[in-house]
Amino acid sequence: MEPFKVVTGIAAPMLMPNINTDAITPMAAGRSTSVDLGKMMFNNWRYNLDGSEIPDFILNRPPFRQSKMLVAGENFGCGSSRERAVWALMKFGIRCVIAPSFADIFRENSYQNGLLPVAISAADCAALGASLEHVSDPTLTVDLERCIVRALDGREIPFSVPAERRDALLKGLDEIDVILSMEADIAAYQQRERSARPWLFPEPR
Amino acid sequence: MSTHAAPQTLVDKIWRQHVIRELSDGRTLIHIDRHFLHDGTNRQAFDGLRRIKRPVRNLDLTWAVVDHILSTLPGRTGESHPPGIERIHALRDNCRQFNLKLFDTDDPQQGIAHVIAPELGITLPGCTLVCGDSHTATNGGLGALAWGIGTTEVMHVVATQSLLVRKQKQLRINFNGRIGAGVSSKDMILYFMSKHGVTAGAGCTVEYAGPAIRALPIEARMTICNMSIEFGSRCGIVAPDDTTFEYIANRPYAPKGALWDRAVAEWRTLGSDADAQFDREVDIDCNAIGPQVTWGNTPQDAVAIDEALPDPATVADSARRQALERAYNYMNLTPGRTLEGVPIDIAFIGSCTNSRLSDLDAAAQVIKGHKVAKGVTALAVPGSMAVKAAAEAKGLDKIFIEAGFEWRNAGCSMCVGSNGDLVPPGKRSISTTNRNFEHRQGPHSRTHLAGPAMVAAAAVSGCITDVRKLLS
Ligand code: SF4
Repeated sequence: MEPFKVVTGIAAPMLMPNINTDAITPMAAGRSTSVDLGKMMFNNWRYNLDGSEIPDFILNRPPFRQSKMLVAGENFGCGSSRERAVWALMKFGIRCVIAPSFADIFRENSYQNGLLPVAISAADCAALGASLEHVSDPTLTVDLERCIVRALDGREIPFSVPAERRDALLKGLDEIDVILSMEADIAAYQQRERSARPWLFPEPR
Repeated sequence: MSTHAAPQTLVDKIWRQHVIRELSDGRTLIHIDRHFLHDGTNRQAFDGLRRIKRPVRNLDLTWAVVDHILSTLPGRTGESHPPGIERIHALRDNCRQFNLKLFDTDDPQQGIAHVIAPELGITLPGCTLVCGDSHTATNGGLGALAWGIGTTEVMHVVATQSLLVRKQKQLRINFNGRIGAGVSSKDMILYFMSKHGVTAGAGCTVEYAGPAIRALPIEARMTICNMSIEFGSRCGIVAPDDTTFEYIANRPYAPKGALWDRAVAEWRTLGSDADAQFDREVDIDCNAIGPQVTWGNTPQDAVAIDEALPDPATVADSARRQALERAYNYMNLTPGRTLEGVPIDIAFIGSCTNSRLSDLDAAAQVIKGHKVAKGVTALAVPGSMAVKAAAEAKGLDKIFIEAGFEWRNAGCSMCVGSNGDLVPPGKRSISTTNRNFEHRQGPHSRTHLAGPAMVAAAAVSGCITDVRKLLS
């Protein structure tokens, strides 16, 4: 996966709570390989039914069209497990979502792909989001090496990430390699279980 | 030898049996006993498998099904819904290439993954089961530890039959008392969310317990477990009991003979010990639950049918207040009123939440002798072809068709609209599904969630109404 060390870029405030994966990548907006996920991201919020852009929507406004981060409300990424929500955000250019909390599956999917979910307090998040409105350069820095978000006024907001996730993100490591290295343990477990709980291994048909 | 003297929860017991290896960083490699793939999200997982040059590790523990993106119209094939063809063909090709069992469009055992895994006896108490779909916890109704995963993790499971995870906190929800006439398990879980919110289960595995849970048949327990993800929990479970064993006995993939007896003996030991500790416990009084309907765009926006809609002006938290105002605008409703009498355009009975035989039965009892109201489109979509056959054997299809419902083949259908069954822009649906998000059933669709009997009552009344009035 793509490594994540330090990212500096435009951050868009989208402070509503419970932004779900259906909102990020609506099913009805197309499932085929030819769909440009970055273009269809937030499809129903970004475009009218005739396909024209909704000018008010934050990601349609300069400078937020170039956003690399979102500052969102609590429970970001709730709903469906679809990993394409993460793929769509990344395709658009988003590398980091800052929010008071994340839905579990979304956070997991983010870590697997090199999108960084940063959880900070609701108060910090609200203040950070508000600071991004009405400024000419709403640029934040997220530094995973030091685990801080640098706000517009230079203030550093610390965050924490599980050590193994941080390590994998910094180096761009795929989790599958860790699991594959334990193949002998898996084989031994299955051999044991086949006699301890044989009903769990139905006859292949 | 170590004795596990400390009291354990149901989840502790299943977890302990599935530990392959504990890592020093706090993660655990957990064995996955059953894995379901489907047409919606799994193609990239096969691409990943090719990239790392691995086969499917355990063909006997892996199944695939077409459910999300296929037509449910009579006489459907995998090619009936053109936008779905590419994905269905990709799944077929991948299953052929990797030699996987696929329940394809014409298979009498085809259906929504979370409906067919239990009904085929693939889901067993005490097993771990995953699927690249957030409603996998449905299987927890049988006492399985089941949860939804993303596509990368799907690839991990196909390649290694295991997942690297951290054990979650544990929440127990005790449903006390008993539910009244016209109230279903869907109402129980909607009511819980209305009181505790959509993040009540974040980071937690949930055990549903208490007398009202024990009194529920298996299909109703599955409805409750299904909705776990809607309040942030990936995994919800009910301890197995005689009701569970009766449900599973003699199903196609269930153990038989001496193996069955051995399995049941172990399953009886799985329940949480009397003094087991949970990180959190919540009590719900089921006597207080009336038929629920959601009015807004998160599943916690549920009210009893005779309860006034909340006034955003009284909400102190500004983010929550704005979210409520946005929902009123999107749903075109006003605070203060009840939902009784709100006209509907579409009634949908289906989805992995409420599409089993007992759900269709509950709806049929309400619509029997009535007609779908003028101007209302009503769909009944069985969760599996086996449910459809069982319903037809009971004559339920006739009740639906005579009332004016469309009687469809099995699939996800209007729950998510990826097969073309959409709620048109601006139209209002009442639906037995699990998500009332903006645009979920189609762009600018308006969704009210409810149980099957309430949806049936609305279908024949033309508006949202209290099903108890039709039953009495
Ligand atoms: S019925 Fe709906 S919720 Fe269930 S698996 Fe299908 S799309 Fe998902």
